[in-house]
Amino acid sequence: MWGSNMIALILFGLAVVLLIAGIVATESGLELAFHPMDQFKIKPLFGGDTLAWYTPSNATLWMGLAVLCVIALLVVGTSKRAIVPGRTQSIAEMAYGFVYKMVEDICGKDGLKYFPYIMTLFMFIVFANFLGLLPMSFTTTSHIAVTVVMAMAVFLTVSILGFVLHGASFLSLFWISAAPLPLRPILALIEIISYFVRPVSHSIRLAGNMMAGHAVIKVFAGFATIAAIAPLSVAAITAIYALEVLVSFIQAYVFAILTCVYLKDALHPHH
Amino acid sequence: MEGDIVQMGAYIGAGLACTGMGGAAVGVGHVVGNFLSGALRNPSAAAGQTATMFIGIAFAEALGIFSFLVALLLMFAV
Repeated sequence: MWGSNMIALILFGLAVVLLIAGIVATESGLELAFHPMDQFKIKPLFGGDTLAWYTPSNATLWMGLAVLCVIALLVVGTSKRAIVPGRTQSIAEMAYGFVYKMVEDICGKDGLKYFPYIMTLFMFIVFANFLGLLPMSFTTTSHIAVTVVMAMAVFLTVSILGFVLHGASFLSLFWISAAPLPLRPILALIEIISYFVRPVSHSIRLAGNMMAGHAVIKVFAGFATIAAIAPLSVAAITAIYALEVLVSFIQAYVFAILTCVYLKDALHPHH
Repeated sequence: MEGDIVQMGAYIGAGLACTGMGGAAVGVGHVVGNFLSGALRNPSAAAGQTATMFIGIAFAEALGIFSFLVALLLMFAV
């Protein structure tokens, strides 16, 4: 019990110090050196301030870099095809095996046909997230515009696939035959709502997690300009950064695993 | 003091929407805690169920994300 009390005390102390620092900063007219949301601004790469759909911006740059990293790992890294894999090749093989096992566990053997799609999504998101953690970089997956395209693609693919494979009997996904008959229309309504909320939660989850984590890091970076609490905020940035490395991977994993779950519903709609 | 009462209401609403994240925190903690208590009783079966745990976390977290979305809408869209 002593340990948890101590942690609670430390957290409380931290909160008080931050509150006092905030009051001092506002009273003396100090502002944060930058706005925490500034890092998500999309800017044209080559000067100017007009953004058309074809303008190369920092978002396109970092998305392109993510694709290059995936190619470097999966194509160049495994090009030697060594029997005893080197470092790069073993990471590529681990990533492949990890996603392959995930698809096989959730969708079953007949889901493996769609493994390349899920592998593509997973590798792109994981590299976009990790590249976003580099200082001065840009997190493409923190933009809802990026994640919503991926989530809508998954949603449309899965819905169309369900109707192509099963025809009208795909709708039995919403008619739960295991439930008692009077309950089924109510459950059908809930199931339909939850089905159409899927792309929303799928995209907002990734974008929200990325955006919130990076904004928190920037808020603490803003506190680092106040000399009295600078060491504390640097320590906090370090801790949150470590958490963000974990979150980057877990969110990519969750995006891929939910794609598998939705795919499973399309392949086997009968409960 | 500048700004109008609508903006004030939007900011207060955004702050209130953030309380929903506490619910998501309770939900995620509940999922992981129960997973852990089950996993410690039968560690050999735990490895096969981690994917299920992450799916459960994702569903519990989705509702917290919706409150975050409401906060963002109030801050930037309304």
